[in-house]
Amino acid sequence: MTKQQANWSPYDNNGGSCVAIAGADYCVIAADTRMSTGYNILTREYSKICKLADKCVMASSGFQADVKALQKNLAARHLIYQHQHNKQMSCPAMAQLLSNTLYYKRFFPYYSFNVLGGLDNEGKGCVFTYDAVGSYEKVGYSSQGSGSTLITPFLDNQLKSPSPLLLPVQDAVTPLVEAEAIDLVKTVFASASERDIYTGDKVEIVVVNAAGIRREYMELRKD
Amino acid sequence: MFRNQYDTDVTTWSPAGRLFQVEYAMEAVKQGSAAIGLRSKTHVVLGCVNKANSELSSHQKKIFKVDDHIGVAIAGLTADGRVLSRYMRNECINYSFTYESPLPVGRLVVQLADKAQVCTQRSWKRPYGVGLLVAGLDESGAHLYYNCPSGNYFEYQAFAIGSRSQAAKTYLERRFENFTDSSRDDLVKDAIMAIRETLQGETLKSSICTIAVVGVGEPFHILDQGTVQQIIDTFEIVAEQEGPDAAIGQEAAAEGAAADQGGSTDEGVAPMES
Repeated sequence: MTKQQANWSPYDNNGGSCVAIAGADYCVIAADTRMSTGYNILTREYSKICKLADKCVMASSGFQADVKALQKNLAARHLIYQHQHNKQMSCPAMAQLLSNTLYYKRFFPYYSFNVLGGLDNEGKGCVFTYDAVGSYEKVGYSSQGSGSTLITPFLDNQLKSPSPLLLPVQDAVTPLVEAEAIDLVKTVFASASERDIYTGDKVEIVVVNAAGIRREYMELRKD
Repeated sequence: MFRNQYDTDVTTWSPAGRLFQVEYAMEAVKQGSAAIGLRSKTHVVLGCVNKANSELSSHQKKIFKVDDHIGVAIAGLTADGRVLSRYMRNECINYSFTYESPLPVGRLVVQLADKAQVCTQRSWKRPYGVGLLVAGLDESGAHLYYNCPSGNYFEYQAFAIGSRSQAAKTYLERRFENFTDSSRDDLVKDAIMAIRETLQGETLKSSICTIAVVGVGEPFHILDQGTVQQIIDTFEIVAEQEGPDAAIGQEAAAEGAAADQGGSTDEGVAPMES
């Protein structure tokens, strides 16, 4: 007697890749703008990046309906925080909130693979990387999504981040300058688009620094 | 007064068809320090008098931001006001989450009024002892509402609540016809002048009043003390010139106003009220 299987899945994967790199006084968060389902493209111009707070930006790949619900949830929680504390949430605080929010749905998860990027309370860049149920870690750089297997080894090679397990604890942020980091992100997405069918169309690059948040786009392969 | 027989429970009617507990709650509003509101076609301004229990303490917060497009000023039991503000904020957040658009002000005040009414019809509850001036902007324009503990609410062009509010109301009654087309800055000036009326002789400084504005293209925010002081300075010079005559006239008005401000004989302000 075989186990009864579901004849329908509540999830879908809309593909796409996300990357974030932390610097001494900036943070770069990038994601492609292609939304797909199966072998089809739904749209070439969908943003996977969401500004959660003044100095905190999240990029998420996976099932975009869950991503949207997660973003709305966090935005509402942030409003409540602002009413109660009279200030914006810091990036590390938002990181913990995101983790708790994801684990809250441990038994019907948000199919969302997130990277959170921004500036911490001292103005230093920080990146947090997550799995679908909220396990997270502060890192110097990270990549999630369909192209992550292609992107991560390349970033490991270029950014040589020391293991967080080594003592003495070493700073994970890259010594690269903001412009160099943006260039690296562009290279990374161009390469990923070559081999990953779910990554392409455009890459949206968001930079968080002391001056605020700015956004730029770069065209990618459309095939 | 003979009403004492029927005023123990909020669920007991008096023979004259009144609920005294509700009326006593409205009394609490009259004892709080003044709050005023006025609106034009595109902006709404709220103002309040800051009262501190002693020189050593800070003053109570009486103006709350509820959402980008709604703010509220309270008079009466500030604790009740704080709780209701939290409720209003929650309602706005939930509505925004579901409908991706701002909660219309008229809807919010109805919800608030219904919440207040519940407390007038349960034997184990008491009415909220706070009056709220709700200022907000939505698709149908700029609005100012007054919610009272009885569960009633009214829309106003301009209104004042709290102690010595009659002086402010008189001032507003004289000028309200001009408010619809007022500029934002004139509206703020009128708000500060209305506050000054309630002070009855005390010098007007930015440290004893708080002003907040919401308008088209301008999310609800409280003006900082520096800005308020600047505006006060621009017209205090004019006021000084008419000083001596006006002062005598005001004192006479104050005595008349105090006599008809509620029948409570409590001396001083109860510690929980503001």
